[in-house]
Amino acid sequence: MCKIINSSRNMDVISIKDFSKKKIENFLVESEKMFEYLKNNTVPKVMQDKILGTLFFEPSTRTRLSFTSAMYKLGGQVLGFGSTESSSISKGENLTDTIKVVENYCDLFTIRHPEEGAARYIADITDKPVINCGDGGNQHPTQTILDLYSIQKLKGKIEGLNVALLGDLKHARVMKSLASALCMFKANLRLISPVGLEIGPNTLNDLKKFNTDIFETNNIKEGLKNVDVIYVCRIQKERFDDVYDAQRLQREFRLKLDHLTNINKDLIILHALPKITEISPEIDNTPYAKYFEQVYYGIPVRMAILNMVVE
Amino acid sequence: MTEKTQLVNKIKNGTVIDHIPVNRGLKVLELLGSKILSKETAVVIINMISDTLDHKDILKIENRELTSNEVNKISLIAPDATLNIIRNWKVSQKSDITVPDILEDVFDCPNSNCISNANEPNISKFNITNKNPLSLTCQYCERIFSINELPSFI
Repeated sequence: MCKIINSSRNMDVISIKDFSKKKIENFLVESEKMFEYLKNNTVPKVMQDKILGTLFFEPSTRTRLSFTSAMYKLGGQVLGFGSTESSSISKGENLTDTIKVVENYCDLFTIRHPEEGAARYIADITDKPVINCGDGGNQHPTQTILDLYSIQKLKGKIEGLNVALLGDLKHARVMKSLASALCMFKANLRLISPVGLEIGPNTLNDLKKFNTDIFETNNIKEGLKNVDVIYVCRIQKERFDDVYDAQRLQREFRLKLDHLTNINKDLIILHALPKITEISPEIDNTPYAKYFEQVYYGIPVRMAILNMVVE
Repeated sequence: MTEKTQLVNKIKNGTVIDHIPVNRGLKVLELLGSKILSKETAVVIINMISDTLDHKDILKIENRELTSNEVNKISLIAPDATLNIIRNWKVSQKSDITVPDILEDVFDCPNSNCISNANEPNISKFNITNKNPLSLTCQYCERIFSINELPSFI
């Protein structure tokens, strides 16, 4: 029997820049509802007749599995692949043809692709809702919504907080998306990176349009003065030409316990994970470390996103 | 007959781009690419005395009317130029060149990792995010470029 799939386009989630503050606040409100449904075991099975395609052309653990888990919890089904080796891409098929085929099998897409703008391009060629789970060094909007939700949940607000973004700000897509969203929510930014891995003048100029307080430094201790949130990201080794440079920075540019003397006692530390060496292991046992709670929030946030794109 | 008209003859049919900023006339010709350079008769007048500007460059191309894509390309380095379409010795159309809000398929994205440069049937698309100084944002990879970062303009 031929299944008639509803092809009406509802919404794509491609870039955090596509959304107004009001829309992002809606995501946060809906995420909180999902959090409560999960806590009370009353999750509505709103995706019962839907199939999610998870097309991951690059490795992913948390994002792919959390979307899979979120879809199952909403009563839906999942198909897809987690590497190009297990798809026709390895035979030389282009992205356009892959999408034209897979769109017959599912009702919405989550996609991760190494080329920047891939998710936007896919949204141009298919009627099915597309959720960007990372396109090269560009955007990772669902991680940003998760990060904002985590800050709101753990600190009670976003506006007016001093948030330090620490690590490889040049290559980490998570940081660019988050910096932009935090400025939209009127948080103050402390941009802390090794020399040469700064966020870049074009992005910085873009952020300055929001008229929030932005401070850039290469010195960890200096950047952490009076901060409420530290968001750490790893050195993106895979995006370096010289792997030894990356390894040197992994050793040298780390958040250590002695950086946390004279800090706000209600400080929280977040990380999109996987973390490698950028946070000293002893910090995991401090009350500041909230990254594993942050991982859990990925489920209600992605349930909310799935529900909203097909609603 | 004035000194100006003696310098270069009128053309019967084609395009005259007037009020090009000084020293950008050759760049405008170069931007229009090899088709014009190899097939059409073109002349660039450099450093002409102008009534409205101190000096200006002028480009005349015989037997060729520019496409909107070509005009868009020129607008990035000569945003205040004027475009004259000549038909049978007369100015048939005269218009100001203006920088458009969106540029499609005019040049490749300088980001080699942008999907618009991949083996896909798509074209480059840029939003003009600022006109003075000029900056463009790729609709796909979202990178922001100044005019000096575009390979065709370096």
